[in-house]
Amino acid sequence: MNHWIALPILIPFVSAILIEVIGRRRIMVRRAMGLAACLGTIAAGAFLIARTHTGEVFTYAMGGWEAPFGVTLVVDGLSAMLVTLTGVVSLFCLLYAMNRHDRQGKFFHFFIQMQVAGICGAVLTGDLFSLFVCFEIMLLASYNLLVYTGKTQALKAGVHYVILNLVGSALFLLAIGTLYGVTGTLNFADMALRVAELDAGDTALVRAGALLLMVVFMLKAAVLPLHLWLPNVYGSAVAPVAALFAILTKVGVYAILRVSTLIFGPEAGVAADALEPFLLPLAVLTLSLGMIGALGSRRLRKMMGFLIVASIGTMLMSIGLYSPEGIAAGLYYLVHSTVAMAMLFLLADLIGRQRGAEDDRLVVARAPAQSGILGILFFVGAIAVAGLPPLSGFLGKVWILGASLESPYVAVVWAVLLVTSVLALIAFSRAGSLIFWKGEEEAEEEEDHRATAYEILPVVGLLVCLISYTIFSGPVSEFFMLTAENLLVPDAYIEAVMGGRP
Amino acid sequence: MEALIASAIAVLGGSGIYLVLRARTFTVILGLAMLAIAVNLFLLSMGRVVPGHAPVIEEGLETAAYVDPLPQAVVLTAIVIGFAMMSFAVVLAISAHFVTGTDHLDGEEEAP
Repeated sequence: MNHWIALPILIPFVSAILIEVIGRRRIMVRRAMGLAACLGTIAAGAFLIARTHTGEVFTYAMGGWEAPFGVTLVVDGLSAMLVTLTGVVSLFCLLYAMNRHDRQGKFFHFFIQMQVAGICGAVLTGDLFSLFVCFEIMLLASYNLLVYTGKTQALKAGVHYVILNLVGSALFLLAIGTLYGVTGTLNFADMALRVAELDAGDTALVRAGALLLMVVFMLKAAVLPLHLWLPNVYGSAVAPVAALFAILTKVGVYAILRVSTLIFGPEAGVAADALEPFLLPLAVLTLSLGMIGALGSRRLRKMMGFLIVASIGTMLMSIGLYSPEGIAAGLYYLVHSTVAMAMLFLLADLIGRQRGAEDDRLVVARAPAQSGILGILFFVGAIAVAGLPPLSGFLGKVWILGASLESPYVAVVWAVLLVTSVLALIAFSRAGSLIFWKGEEEAEEEEDHRATAYEILPVVGLLVCLISYTIFSGPVSEFFMLTAENLLVPDAYIEAVMGGRP
Repeated sequence: MEALIASAIAVLGGSGIYLVLRARTFTVILGLAMLAIAVNLFLLSMGRVVPGHAPVIEEGLETAAYVDPLPQAVVLTAIVIGFAMMSFAVVLAISAHFVTGTDHLDGEEEAP
């Protein structure tokens, strides 16, 4: 039995409960336990990567109920990578939040850990219904993290976010019901086998189920036309929470990738390639509209929200090529953009605080008190997100361009990716010059708004992660190539789960 | 039986969607509740509608004479989750109402 597969879910889940039981009165205890849990998640993720980097797939039957009857946890390279990424981002968000955000409301540490547990569960599960349950855990934690400060703006955004996701959950259940009705199973691997054997008479039903599922995942991933909620929600959440949310959308991307390659791949009989024709065009539109939104934003945080939408478009465009190169490049860009955007969200908070009443509005106002260090960090972050050398954004975009050479969409991909990179550059130049260069010097200094070393440290930490990710691009890209090839030919996955059973 | 369940899902789902598209939090939450009930009914019927049988295989019972137990387990979980989400939405709507002073979804009244 591979009990260790459940560790990335158990560590944050148990810690979340213990944090509230043991650390009820002492914030230092809660903080220490939160950090320990994040480190534990990273360690578990690293262990999963160490086991799966050869392309092997491991499964764990929960409660000893074998697939397809019980809930199976499955770990392959993709899941292991996402668990580690979640751990790393949550660690730095927590470090940043310890400066003041975790005192602004109740149960902050509890919900952060529940959020991590939900994300890890969603990427590890091999069962459609437990994917739904993990999505709900993740979402309920995110609702609370969004509104826990009780600020008016966050509450307003929260009402929209909650209602939208409740409708999304209803659609998810409808999709699950339809697919179960047709195939008689909820297990991914089993469903992949059953879908391939369906009669032509079930075509309409199974394709409707597949597309309903796609709509739900696109809502989570904020793909056009379901992206409108994201900039507002991310712009209203407090900085460390917004930085952690940078990974929430990636769970949607993961789900799209997993379902479209495993269940509705080219071998899926009547449902073959059910999602494929839609992904690339929608991704192109998402990228374009996200970047235009970033260009037109009046607040720095909202601009970051639109940049997240654009980055989702970029990675889905690459994944939408459905070639090993394309998926590998998309995964490479996924890790890069998550870390870079988390860093920029934290930075936007530091910048906003030092500009007095104007906060993060993109107008001429007081220059940040520490414009030196913040300016440098902003500059590096802009380079990373816009995709200029030498950071990983450049490598990722070049890889995507290279991967598209074989595809019939090569002209569209090149044009959109290059033009949007220029737009990103313009958006960042505009924001940077308004904040740092045109900022007016003011004599009176409010000492308490200056960022402490403890606040800058997490931002620098995320930057160091980004730089080391760039340096180790060689082995990382080999790992992603292998993962992508295994995703496109999921025989090992199905074999590992079903173990040769019919 | 099938027609009854199907029309119940249709009516509940249709009214739910209509109410969700309103502009006041109360009607929207009512709509979400109706939508959730419609979805739960749909989930229950996904294992086919077989009245009068138990979802347990017993000794001496024909295997044809039992109902697929999985949808029932799934729908129970879905009801519980839906209930938790609904109560969260209600609490959120109430606190938004207290803070903004209006029950409009956008937190402010439309300009007359």
